[in-house]
Amino acid sequence: MDTNQYLDMFIEESKEHLQACNEQLLALENNPDDLGIVNEIFRAAHTLKGMSATMGFEDIADLTHKMENVLDAIRNSKISVTTEILDVVFEAADDLELMVLDIEAGGDGKKDVSNLVNTLNRIEAGEPLDLAEDTVAVTTEEVPADVVTSSGVYYDEFELTVISQSSEQGFNAYEITVQLREDCLLKVARVFMTFEILEKSGEVIKTVPTVEKLENEEFDQKFTIVLLTNEDADELKAKVMKVSEIEDVRITHITDEYVQKYKQTELEQQDEQSPEVQNELNAPTVKAEKTKDTPKESAQTKKTSNSTSNKTIRVNIDRLDILMNLFEELVIDRGRLQSIASELHNPELNESVERMTRVSGDLQNIILNMRMVPVETVFNRFPKMVRQLARDLNKKINLEIIGAETELDRTVIDEIGDPLVHLIRNALDHGIESPEERIAKGKPEEGTVTLRAYHSGNHVFIELEDDGAGVNRERVVSKAIERGIVSEELASTLSDRQVAELILASGFSTATAITDVSGRGVGLDVVKNTIESLGGHISIDSKEGKGSLFQVQLPLTLSIISVMLVELDQEIYAIPLSSIIETAIIQKSDILNAHNQPVIDFRGTIVPLVDLKEIFEMKDQEVVEEDFQSIVIVRKGESLAGLVVDSFIGQQEIVLKSLGNYLQSVFAISGATILGNGQVALIVDCNALIK
Amino acid sequence: MTKAVEVSDMKVIVFQLMNKEYAIGLDVVESIEKSLSITRVPRMPSYVKGVLNLRGVVTPVVDLRDRFDMEPKEFDESSCIIIVSHAESEVGLIVDDANDVMDVPTSAIGPQPEVVGSVESEFISGVAKVDKRLLVMLNLEKVLQPIKKGNADEF
Repeated sequence: MDTNQYLDMFIEESKEHLQACNEQLLALENNPDDLGIVNEIFRAAHTLKGMSATMGFEDIADLTHKMENVLDAIRNSKISVTTEILDVVFEAADDLELMVLDIEAGGDGKKDVSNLVNTLNRIEAGEPLDLAEDTVAVTTEEVPADVVTSSGVYYDEFELTVISQSSEQGFNAYEITVQLREDCLLKVARVFMTFEILEKSGEVIKTVPTVEKLENEEFDQKFTIVLLTNEDADELKAKVMKVSEIEDVRITHITDEYVQKYKQTELEQQDEQSPEVQNELNAPTVKAEKTKDTPKESAQTKKTSNSTSNKTIRVNIDRLDILMNLFEELVIDRGRLQSIASELHNPELNESVERMTRVSGDLQNIILNMRMVPVETVFNRFPKMVRQLARDLNKKINLEIIGAETELDRTVIDEIGDPLVHLIRNALDHGIESPEERIAKGKPEEGTVTLRAYHSGNHVFIELEDDGAGVNRERVVSKAIERGIVSEELASTLSDRQVAELILASGFSTATAITDVSGRGVGLDVVKNTIESLGGHISIDSKEGKGSLFQVQLPLTLSIISVMLVELDQEIYAIPLSSIIETAIIQKSDILNAHNQPVIDFRGTIVPLVDLKEIFEMKDQEVVEEDFQSIVIVRKGESLAGLVVDSFIGQQEIVLKSLGNYLQSVFAISGATILGNGQVALIVDCNALIK
Repeated sequence: MTKAVEVSDMKVIVFQLMNKEYAIGLDVVESIEKSLSITRVPRMPSYVKGVLNLRGVVTPVVDLRDRFDMEPKEFDESSCIIIVSHAESEVGLIVDDANDVMDVPTSAIGPQPEVVGSVESEFISGVAKVDKRLLVMLNLEKVLQPIKKGNADEF
């Protein structure tokens, strides 16, 4: 069966199911008695099993199957939930994830899971009381696999009755599996023709997939029809094969034995699947209804997913990227139109350009929104990670996640995962103390780590707060001096916040022992660099003994930003609006000198002035003595600086472009953009200008 | 493309620098541009003339004369910018003139002689002799070594 076209969907959905498993497992750990949660996990695992078996990933199917058995045992109260059991189940989920990732990377999803399978089997058989029953369960599950896999057709009670009754009347029931050619273009037409032929020969009692699905072409190259007929199998086959574009027809005779065997395994399967059914076994009338319900239920869930899929569609991210790129081109041309219109002073042109600007502004919002993804996609892997780490470190930690629905641009989401992992590891390893230490300090034994995300203005903030030890000023300072990050004199003047931020410097690691978790001293400065390369900013607020707060500020989007264009000696530079506090025109006489550094008094704070011309090595330093000086006040975190420029041009939306691989790092330039007149303007990196 | 024609032939673009002929493989050349307005990038080595807008892509431009420590020359009518793709990005090279596409038999490409003008030999991958013309083959890898931390000294 050609399953390639479904591979993407399979991977996508497997991930969702695994995620659901993980989340529910965590929930289960907190509420071991809540069988509703077990059911949820069971459902996710079951779907995964079905999908992977269909796709031919046997190892995944096998492992999920065993996982299911254990969950089933829990559900039926045969075994009770313990941390050890959950550990194994978690491990199984981990392996499943690895296999799915392997498939995604183009592998075959194979992995040696025999150990895990054995452990799962042992857990399942953990209680000697249930041993016999369990082995029955396992064998019965394997039997239907033999009987049913030929076609995967699922019969309900009613159909089985019809089949057995018709065979009494001399009709044969056939399972006819038709395999269409891979290049078959008119699948629905072939289905229709096949139906027409078969309906002449007998009665079609069942199709897999359902008739509606067949009509909507919601099937692969293969479909199965169950037919009651008095004709011969070979004859039927010859007839069906006459329909063009059919690769193969396989006909299986459904004999009475088959039906009996099927019924039996079916019963046993039902029997071990849910306790309710087990109870109802005693009342056969009710039971028949119940078994009928099961396939319906799955059909229903499929239907609901269909109805939601009407409202949302999955779009390949590449297409969104293309759309974004095209829109970027449009923004550049918009800028050009605007500049032409402003020169021509034609009111009609002005009007239509304005209209276009408004419409494209709306369009921009929509496109940007389309690329937004909730941070949940990053956050949802953390609970499990924290759980694992906490166990490895012998600490008790409770992770709280707030604002997981906050949305961020996809590109940012892709990049932010690793830095956050680093931060969390750091908080767990260095922040939260061991339970004994915490008790000694009079804190609750369990440490709390809060991960918070929220929007504010044009930024998204992600905060990681822990109630751990906080930054130890003395240790940090002595380490920083030892590593040559700060000088001794300077260290004594640093504020607590500045000291805390020292731990972001490269080559800094205060952990006395290097642990697996963190402490190689490569973590936090990488975090800082990554975040800054995203146009973001990280700050630390820490109170010794009380805990630390890491705040990451990120731009909503990376590709289109608002800037202020300024002129410097006939060159045009762009300063991101996000870092501008305000612009000012000051008198030359207001510029003071503090220790060879020109400063101004800006609303009561002393702000150092940075001469951009000097930084950017402008050749002709012909000092035109003017009385007034244009200044852009920018900020980085808490600190301010005034950039001295020649003149302001105005505010504009620009498309961020990189300088390419060749110019990998230009001092104080974060990128470039193309202006309305086709010229390239460089974007000033204010972060590099403020120390 | 080039290989499909004849394995033993290599198509090159011939360009002039200080009246000497140089060549680079046609397969790396994206286009040849006449004068475009270049935006200076501060704090770069002098041979990086800046960046230009090449159909929406910001492309750095390197002056080859400067790169090879030859005496500088103003951009004139015959000067042009050869856009080459290198390491997944495009870079423009300013040359005195580019006017020829030639087939060079690979057998004609020999190792560089001991002294080849004033060009630092590390930028040269070989020398080709075709009908009394001597073509110096450029080693783009070396010429276009990425510029890392320019001079990111503090201020």
